[in-house]
Amino acid sequence: MNSFSRKLIAATALVVGTTSIGFAADEPKQGGTLNYINQLIGGHFNTNIASGTPTGIPGVQLHCALLRFDSEWNPQPFLAESWSMSEDGKTLTLNLAQNAKFHDGEPVTSEDVAFSIETIKANHPFKTMYEVVESVETPDPHTAVVNMSQRHPAILLAMSSQLGTILPKHIYGGEDVDIRQHPNNAEGTVGCGPFTLTEFKPGEYIIMDRFDDYFIDGRPYLDRIVYRRMAESTSRVIAMEEGEADMYAWASDPIELNRLKRSENIDMTGTGYEAVGALQWLAFNLEREPYNDKRVRQAIAYAIDKDFILNAIMGGFAQRSVGPIHPGSIFAPEGVNPYDLDLDKANALLDEAGLPRDEDGVRFTADLDVVVNRGTFKRMAEYTKAQLKKVGIDVTISVTPDISAWIKKVSNHDFDMTIDSVFNWGDPVIGVHRTYQSDNIRPGVPWHNTQQYKNPELDALMDQASTEADPEKRKALYEQIQTIIVDDAPIAYMVTSPFHTVWNTDRVGNPPVDSIWGTQVPWDNVYIKQ
Amino acid sequence: MQLLSVFAQRIGYAIVLLIAVIIFNFILLNLVPGDIAETIAGEAGGASPELMEQIRQSYGLDRPFHVQLFSYVARVMQGDLGTSYYFNVPVIELILSRVGPTLLLVTTALLIAIITGTLLGVVAAQNPNGLFSHLVTILALVGFSAPVFWTAFMLMVLFVSILDILPLTGMVNPTTPEGTLQWYLEVAHHLILPAFSLASIYIAQYSRLARASMMDILGSDYIRTARAKGLSQRKVIYKHGLRNAVIPVITIAGLQFSYIFSGAVVIETVFNWPGLGTLALDAILRADTPTIMGILFFSAVVVIVFNLLTDLACRIVDPRIRSARNA
Repeated sequence: MNSFSRKLIAATALVVGTTSIGFAADEPKQGGTLNYINQLIGGHFNTNIASGTPTGIPGVQLHCALLRFDSEWNPQPFLAESWSMSEDGKTLTLNLAQNAKFHDGEPVTSEDVAFSIETIKANHPFKTMYEVVESVETPDPHTAVVNMSQRHPAILLAMSSQLGTILPKHIYGGEDVDIRQHPNNAEGTVGCGPFTLTEFKPGEYIIMDRFDDYFIDGRPYLDRIVYRRMAESTSRVIAMEEGEADMYAWASDPIELNRLKRSENIDMTGTGYEAVGALQWLAFNLEREPYNDKRVRQAIAYAIDKDFILNAIMGGFAQRSVGPIHPGSIFAPEGVNPYDLDLDKANALLDEAGLPRDEDGVRFTADLDVVVNRGTFKRMAEYTKAQLKKVGIDVTISVTPDISAWIKKVSNHDFDMTIDSVFNWGDPVIGVHRTYQSDNIRPGVPWHNTQQYKNPELDALMDQASTEADPEKRKALYEQIQTIIVDDAPIAYMVTSPFHTVWNTDRVGNPPVDSIWGTQVPWDNVYIKQ
Repeated sequence: MQLLSVFAQRIGYAIVLLIAVIIFNFILLNLVPGDIAETIAGEAGGASPELMEQIRQSYGLDRPFHVQLFSYVARVMQGDLGTSYYFNVPVIELILSRVGPTLLLVTTALLIAIITGTLLGVVAAQNPNGLFSHLVTILALVGFSAPVFWTAFMLMVLFVSILDILPLTGMVNPTTPEGTLQWYLEVAHHLILPAFSLASIYIAQYSRLARASMMDILGSDYIRTARAKGLSQRKVIYKHGLRNAVIPVITIAGLQFSYIFSGAVVIETVFNWPGLGTLALDAILRADTPTIMGILFFSAVVVIVFNLLTDLACRIVDPRIRSARNA
């Protein structure tokens, strides 16, 4: 189509659009195709065996889950229409929707719920989600009773889509089935979600179509979602500007965001990433000298200007992070030491630690590991090198080309310091404890307590917090926990990851940004405006 | 007959070379830190030691190195390139589904480069100090020096953002049914930008090459003879001159056909062209060893085949090589 005819159509659309604007403002409409783009595309859609977000975004469209969460961290009904926790907090009863069906027409029953919870318990990388679940009873097809060995407040959050979905037992169950290599993970996927899988081209695109028998009346609004991979940031920006794409999530390049911000019909938000809770930080190897000295770690934290990282490197698209829990969480730290820039204090601490400067002004040399293909990491590493030079630490940046090589190195404790991004995954029990528990030092496994930080007092407090049912008391415990960790400084906290969701305001109605899980929820409320 | 025996000998060498390439690739890739268990655990956001052990077991990575090597070579010899760790489908299937788009892109780019490059060079050679010749030199310099991804982005900004006459990325709209007329038209439409971007480097090289070679030939005796016979300038240049001037271009193009695959990695990524280049990049970033090895093996086959074909083509175009080497 030439540009003149496009403009003509655009003009016509404008005229039609303005005449109908009076009544079409916020009324969701049926139909239309949502063109979604993403930097990555996963290898499969089974969120019960992997937590990765490229698996999650399409996975939660195809599969339904027990609960949803609103933007205030409150559980909301989904497949479970209602639920109740026993007095002792050890029994959770779930009442399932009566009319829910899988894409092959089979009803969704409590058997499928029990099977899915067992699958997640056995296969999901986040063991703490269902570790304390002893059994799932199925008294009738629409009631599931989860029995736990102890109080476990995090279980409700573990039931949100991104952390595991309900799989049909008649397809994924059975003896000798290896769920990790199940063919239906990526092809002919059958779920109970709002969309069915029409076509998947690995590494290229996914086409999902409306599931007409979805158990929520009138939903979804969209007829089709075309999920395309677009690896290059410039291509994504042009695709949004040209209207070739309607929406994309997980945008994290400040340059890309800055340019999109200037476009008229494009809106963006950093909300919706609270549950994922991604933090970017500088971690230390506490088994190596001189990082085994708390004063050295504190000095390094004081030497780095977190506001510079926030404003210059992240372009203002992130938030300050001062402790182990994301600022968007209900357990966010309130009164911990923020380690504001203080070079004098940093120098004093290093002197006190017995690390004098030599004739070249160098106290000691350090290696800083960084994965090159992860957005802003390299820039943060370069800034850290320059800052630490001011306090007499000579940093060599060691660049790893890909994530698996970096995991090999850091998870085997072969590092001094590293820039890393770690996710909270909603409840601290799921994504925070793992980084600090002294019994979670497991060489070779990514994102364990790679710092090898050990504090028995803290271990006890974390155990207490994982079973505390009263939200207020639990919050107080986490404040105490974070005060200890921040003072011990196994990690220097910097900023949140600058993740944003971007959408075309002329096209997308109800963009999925109104919950703590952002785009990692079923898009059954999203609609196309024109 | 002699041509055939030379050819047979070359094929023999090629097979030995291929086996060496397989072994060498396997050893090299095993030296790289990081494996699929780490990638899966990394994408899953964590794992337990038992799970990582289980993943390594299911991919046979817990076996001794020489056992893995031997079983891999044996399987490749039987035509089995293994199963992709990441995509969970046979590697050969992945490669075959991606080879078409890459071949289409690379051949189109090469054809554009050869034709435009040669023509520019030949025209420039007729008046080596003229304005046009200087323009071609400058164009060649810019085209060759500019990073191909930059050229691609600039073309993208011009033709997609400003002029809005070409599609942005991909090979075809995913919802268009394959094999229909519209599908072919869409592919052609999507092909223009990536093909010209990729060709930009080679246009530069070929125009320089053709210009130099043409200038050389225009000064030779047989051209003077042709002119003395009273042939028109046109006939001298395009019948007698071009045929000889194009030999170095063919040689280089044949050799470069395999190099151009590597340029295609960048262009395919920029334009989201679903070819071998994007597959290779994905596989490398995810430590998907069978896929990386499959692609390397495939590229080795391509390099060897094209070297053979170039050799053959030169022998056919230029009888002197044939007689000189077989004498």
